Amino acid sequence: MAAAVREGSVPADHYLNKALEQARAVDRGHEGLNAFLALAKPGGPAPDAPDSGSGRAGETHPTGDGLLAGVPVAVKDNLCTLDLPTTCASRILEGYRSPYEATAVRRLRVAGARLVGKTNMDEFAMGSSTENSAFGPTRNPRDRDRVPGGSSGGSAAAVAAGVVPCALGSDTGGSVRQPAAFCGVVGVKPTYGRVSRYGLVAFASSLDQVGAFGRSVLDAALLLEAVAGYDPRDPTSVRRPVPDLSGGLDEGIRGRVVGLPREYLPDTLAPEVRARYDEAVERLREAGARIREVSLPHTRFAVSTYYVLAPAEASSNLARYDGVRYGGRASEARSTLELYRASRTRGFGPEVVRRIMLGTFGLSAGYHDQYYDRAQKVRALIARDFERVWADGVDLLFTPTAPGPAFRLGERTADPVAMYLSDVFTVTANLAGIPGVSVPMGEVAGGGGDRPPLGGQFLAPPWHEAPMLQAARALEVSYGITGEDT
Amino acid sequence: MTDRAPDAGYEAVIGLEIHVQLRTEEKLFCPDGTGFGEVPNTNVCPVCLGLPGALPVLNREAVELAVRASLAFGCTVHQRSVWARKNYFYPDLPKGYQISQFEEPLATDGVFRVETDDTSDPVGRLAIRIRRIHMEEDAGKSIHDRFEGATAVDLNRTGTPLIEMVTEPDFRSPAQVRAWLTGVKQVLEYLEVSDCNMEEGSLRVDANVSIRPVGSEPLGTKTELKNMNSFSGVERALDVEIARQRDVVAMGGQVAHQTLLWDERRGDVRPMRSKEESHDYRYFPDPDLPPLQVSENLIEAVKAQLPELPAARRTRFREDYGLPAYDAGVLTARRPLADYYEETARTSGAPKEASNWIMGPVLAAMNARDLEADDFPVRPVHLAELIDLVEEGTINRNVAKDVLGRMLESAAGVEVGSAAAKTPAEIVREEGLATVSDTGRLEAWVEDALAAHPEEVARFRDGETRLQGFFMGEVMKRSRGKADPTEVARILTERLEET
Repeated sequence: MAAAVREGSVPADHYLNKALEQARAVDRGHEGLNAFLALAKPGGPAPDAPDSGSGRAGETHPTGDGLLAGVPVAVKDNLCTLDLPTTCASRILEGYRSPYEATAVRRLRVAGARLVGKTNMDEFAMGSSTENSAFGPTRNPRDRDRVPGGSSGGSAAAVAAGVVPCALGSDTGGSVRQPAAFCGVVGVKPTYGRVSRYGLVAFASSLDQVGAFGRSVLDAALLLEAVAGYDPRDPTSVRRPVPDLSGGLDEGIRGRVVGLPREYLPDTLAPEVRARYDEAVERLREAGARIREVSLPHTRFAVSTYYVLAPAEASSNLARYDGVRYGGRASEARSTLELYRASRTRGFGPEVVRRIMLGTFGLSAGYHDQYYDRAQKVRALIARDFERVWADGVDLLFTPTAPGPAFRLGERTADPVAMYLSDVFTVTANLAGIPGVSVPMGEVAGGGGDRPPLGGQFLAPPWHEAPMLQAARALEVSYGITGEDT
Repeated sequence: MTDRAPDAGYEAVIGLEIHVQLRTEEKLFCPDGTGFGEVPNTNVCPVCLGLPGALPVLNREAVELAVRASLAFGCTVHQRSVWARKNYFYPDLPKGYQISQFEEPLATDGVFRVETDDTSDPVGRLAIRIRRIHMEEDAGKSIHDRFEGATAVDLNRTGTPLIEMVTEPDFRSPAQVRAWLTGVKQVLEYLEVSDCNMEEGSLRVDANVSIRPVGSEPLGTKTELKNMNSFSGVERALDVEIARQRDVVAMGGQVAHQTLLWDERRGDVRPMRSKEESHDYRYFPDPDLPPLQVSENLIEAVKAQLPELPAARRTRFREDYGLPAYDAGVLTARRPLADYYEETARTSGAPKEASNWIMGPVLAAMNARDLEADDFPVRPVHLAELIDLVEEGTINRNVAKDVLGRMLESAAGVEVGSAAAKTPAEIVREEGLATVSDTGRLEAWVEDALAAHPEEVARFRDGETRLQGFFMGEVMKRSRGKADPTEVARILTERLEET
């Protein structure tokens, strides 16, 4: 696509207009996907639209102009955009327009990409099914009775439905990788600090990272390459050169040591999931990988650690939505306290309220040591598990992305803990700050005669996205996915 | 008044929390300006407005100022300190938390001494330990009296860099507090880290106070005093609160732990509503900001560049210029004035004269015009020239005072230090103000004065010699002050004693 636009054989708006047409066709009406919360106007603003302000000195130059020339891209609704609202799928930000643009979005424009629209998500990225959106759930394009996963469900669905070749999401505990697995597409979460968080509406700042979806590993790699790099506006972004992620993708996996962590393969894992996983491992072996069993003993504490730390940070990050300066405001309130209470009660959905309560509790006097401080210690242990494995000569880890395929809409909404457990294999990468990618790993029998897809996850040491994506590519090729040209 | 002996064997125990706005161009975490008194909500951006997705970026200039202050107050500056979020809801706190430091502050364990005339202190030095100095961002301002039935919020101040200095409870009287604060303010001004303007809020002092029986070790229950807008307000508020606590105890009651607001107009304290104070701030390390690293090199460089502080300068002024303690104290109170004095003294070579001039007419003129020494139109080089003109005898002291007035007039409206301002020598020359010692002219003025007052001449000759001064005045009048007084006295004596 990009090559055709760069050469001028296709008009710059061609793919954008096709994507918009497609989005309108699949998104609305009975059983529509509801993947988009807002769509761009046909034609849209030019790709070189002036940015929100000049970068501070020292910003790593965004990778080559025209990398994504004319490519239509969908963006999760928690990334700030100038020309479309940014709501985080929350009533409290309904209609909110950011006066500035997220660095990742600005870099998309610099690379020539065309913003198709803002995608649906779990409210403030809190959820694993996109059912927590204040504007209705997104449906899974592979089976419209199933959830697309979450929280970046809208972006995953937009890619899976063929509206866009790639889309941005964010991954705090698996919010890119899990929906990628559920929708049968590729989803990559880079190393913490690889992509600027400036303009990514914070859920849990120490875990949040912008991630990329693609129809293929190549699409995801191109998108990641375009948005990655140091940004002086984000003190947690890291000053490191962005490697050529898309160029060496076909180098394969020969000779790489791939670890299979036993903690990710519990006896309780569904036999069919285990079967698909074992087949994938066999494919890796055939592609030349050296397979080794490894152990990450603190994995079993990961979900509880995550659900102390993420809500703690969220309780503070979401304090700014108070109805005073922007967003939904309970204007009839007669006192400041009443204004806060009414605006927040009305503006936040039940899952957000639950996490704010959880997080506030974990930081409260008397509980701080027991919850927040202890969780920080366990987090360090979880990170150390990974460091030990890398130090032992393991290049990559391979796991199922989620314990099972996409569940049905409404199936888990009444049981938050069951919902939280769908993150069990993905939260560790966020806690340790390492990169991870989910690639399609076959299908299972869906019960209703359908064949929902599964995802397999590669994890890699910090900054090792390139070999990780090469492995993902090798697996993808073994399934016959060629990767169309972006 | 404030040093009254503790009633009934009780002593006060006081500790301070001091917030100092740092004088930076930009805010602590974003590039907005920090000016005071600008149009509300104009010095703001996505970061200090707390807009969704915005992230803080540290201003290193503020760190350097904070390190400077920490070193000047004798603290250990830590190479690693941690930003923490202090969570609470308030309309002028856009993010719902303040970025501060909590468990690992920038600096700890300082001591700062001031000289006092407190007779109860045998050394005459008040040494107060500083527990910690940490950095944080300021909140905005809630304005409750601007709109009927509504609160207005101005976020210009939001994100202005502050240091908070916490002392140990080492004070035993409100007078000590005031004396020490005066010294602290002097140092902060010398360091050029803050404007220290309590009215504009760039220096804010809260106090914790309790009482206990003299000789008793454990601390009593403390109350927290807020809302004092001057050092004298701090002193008076503490006086009032200590008296209140004594009354409570004398009546057999117990002091309740609470926050009290000083009411300057009523001269009284009132409890803050409990809703306003009971906070669990839920501190935790700010995940948006890596720990603050201050290199050994930076600490050493800042240390090497610390200016001479007021106490050292006072000592040196006494030693180098032979000034009395009082003069040295007045002249070093503010760094621009001390610089002004020092330049004048060095240029003129008459340090004591320079002190007399500056502590007298110059300071009076500065105060009348509300000017700092560095904005005063008469520059040290010209003041020194004026002093030299007197020392050489070109003009006398009274004429010199007039010349100073002319210098101020000629400098009015021109830029400070501009060549357009007249030098004292020019004024003396142009206006013919040089002392007249020419005997012929002096004798003529004497003749004229005596001839005009025959009666007084007769009384003088009858022994009323104190009339000498009267004749002196008459001659000076005729000379418009220019007559050389020594010569005039000699001629007068000669003429009056002739019979």
